[in-house]
Amino acid sequence: MATPVLEVRDLRTHLVTRWGTIRAVDGVSFALAERETLGLVGESGSGKTMTCLSILRLAPRPAARILGGQVLLDGDDLLRKSPREMERIRGKKISMILQDPMSSLNPVFSVGMQVREPLVAYHGLRGRALAERAASLLGSVGISSPVERLRAFPHQLSGGMRQRVVGAMAISAPPRLLIADEPTTSLDLTIQAQYLRLLKEIQARHGLAMIFVTHNLGIVARMCDRVAVMYAGRIVETGPVRAIFRAPAHPYTRALLESVPRLGAARVRLTAIDGQPPDLATLAGGCAFVPRCPQAFDRCRAEAPPELPVAPGHAARCWLHASAPPHPGRGP
Amino acid sequence: MAAEPSAGTLADSLPELAAPAVPARRRLRLPVVSLGIIAVFVLAALSAPLLALSDPYEQALRLRFQPPVWLDGGSWAHPLGTDRLGRDLLSRLVHGARVSLSAGVLTVLLASFVGAAIGLVAGYYRGRVDAVLMRVTDATMSFPVILLALILAVTVGPSYTNVVLAIAVILWARYARVIRGQVLTLMELDFIAQSRIAGAGAWRIITRHLFPNTLNTLVVLVTLQVGYVIIVEASLSFLGAGIPPPAPAWGSMIAESRDFITSAWWASLFPGLAILLVVLAFNLLGDWLRDTLDPKLRQL
Repeated sequence: MATPVLEVRDLRTHLVTRWGTIRAVDGVSFALAERETLGLVGESGSGKTMTCLSILRLAPRPAARILGGQVLLDGDDLLRKSPREMERIRGKKISMILQDPMSSLNPVFSVGMQVREPLVAYHGLRGRALAERAASLLGSVGISSPVERLRAFPHQLSGGMRQRVVGAMAISAPPRLLIADEPTTSLDLTIQAQYLRLLKEIQARHGLAMIFVTHNLGIVARMCDRVAVMYAGRIVETGPVRAIFRAPAHPYTRALLESVPRLGAARVRLTAIDGQPPDLATLAGGCAFVPRCPQAFDRCRAEAPPELPVAPGHAARCWLHASAPPHPGRGP
Repeated sequence: MAAEPSAGTLADSLPELAAPAVPARRRLRLPVVSLGIIAVFVLAALSAPLLALSDPYEQALRLRFQPPVWLDGGSWAHPLGTDRLGRDLLSRLVHGARVSLSAGVLTVLLASFVGAAIGLVAGYYRGRVDAVLMRVTDATMSFPVILLALILAVTVGPSYTNVVLAIAVILWARYARVIRGQVLTLMELDFIAQSRIAGAGAWRIITRHLFPNTLNTLVVLVTLQVGYVIIVEASLSFLGAGIPPPAPAWGSMIAESRDFITSAWWASLFPGLAILLVVLAFNLLGDWLRDTLDPKLRQL
């Protein structure tokens, strides 16, 4: 594999709060190649968004602190950049689309003013060239009559349209990496499908690496090449989409898959995962999933499992896959 | 390209659903009365030197307390009568409008500029910056304007500049509070996060995103406070800590004539009426602006 666009190594972001330190991102590692899509799945609070924000170094301050690890963008460690340098990387090299299209545009400026802004910042365009580029950019995200839309204000557009505008702004550089943080959760179903198709198209056109954050496994199956399942700030299982859907190795992944309704399945009732996600401030030594795991045994309570290989390119943090004797020293 | 839902299928079958070709602009109902009052005073103040009025400083002791023109003994030479030094009341009123209006507007602009800047910075940076700035704001708000102005008047001497400064130095705190509150709400919205993701720095976010979104509030607050400042300025002038005599200021005009209110009521009534009208007009205008721009600001 060529140098990955993004490589995250042992990233650790903690939230220091009044109630204690929360290990929001606790040793996350993954790599992402050009044109590849990684699905980041997990329950709310599992650290998906915090991981993405840490990559951009935008984790909410002053609570969040990135304590360690590396975030390599084309081999360049972002965690060593100065704040000024980061400002130049954001948007231009890495872009992100957020969840709520209703509030992701500034209500007091026209769409045109907002779409032109990154074009001026990244490409130094002005005058006619700027106007034309802005219109073609809106056209490229499937907005009809872009010239008129540029004059509209955000409140005059539908949620789907606004999300397209946000998408257009996100790819105006175009970046190397696009992070989509549940970009379709607040869109209705038909628009969702269109938007996902659009994202795939954009990705293919610009050869973007993409991180797709979601808790919708259906979308993961459609959009992603690989999946990383997060639980309590860690990636508990990672592998190719097919492998994970066919043979989930971690009990948590299995439970997630079983809680998704499937058309034509014999099962009448959906299985819920018992219990609550753990309180990350008071995490004990062992595997974080122990209290909810149907297959937990003594070792799980004693030691946190390291990443154990299941198949080539497929690994899980679960003692069930420890065929070899334990490696002491590779703790949490 | 993903097709947009084809326009007009439903609208074709139900003509009343079809949007009009040109969206009808909602008609604004302007507050004619308050705008009218403000316009009259502003015009009079601006053109005071051009109006054929008598000199507001010229004393004529033989003509002390001449009544307005419609009373016995009144004359067109002094339409609203004269004060205890025989100075023309109308002329002093008009020239007093220059003082009161300019002091009101200047003070509020100064205070809102400082206050908004502090509110924006506090709300944007949060943490320690916010804590320090807000404690300063609290301290400022607990300090009475009149007392500060009195201290200034006693130590440095009363002057127009001192009045403006004394009021502005206290008044900014309200702006800082309100704007900070708004900024805190705005910061939670995705467009702020989105612009940060696009590489915007603090300056850009504050000036491009936060400030324009607080402008409505600022305009409402500024308008509502012009009236308040005019009253404070008049009170200070009344107490002798404001615009120093013989400059015509509404507050000092009332003060000078208050001992004669039973015999020559006009000399204190007309400046009082002027204050009342202008303040009322600004308050009504502010109310209207608030309801029009942002009905959510009810508590201001």
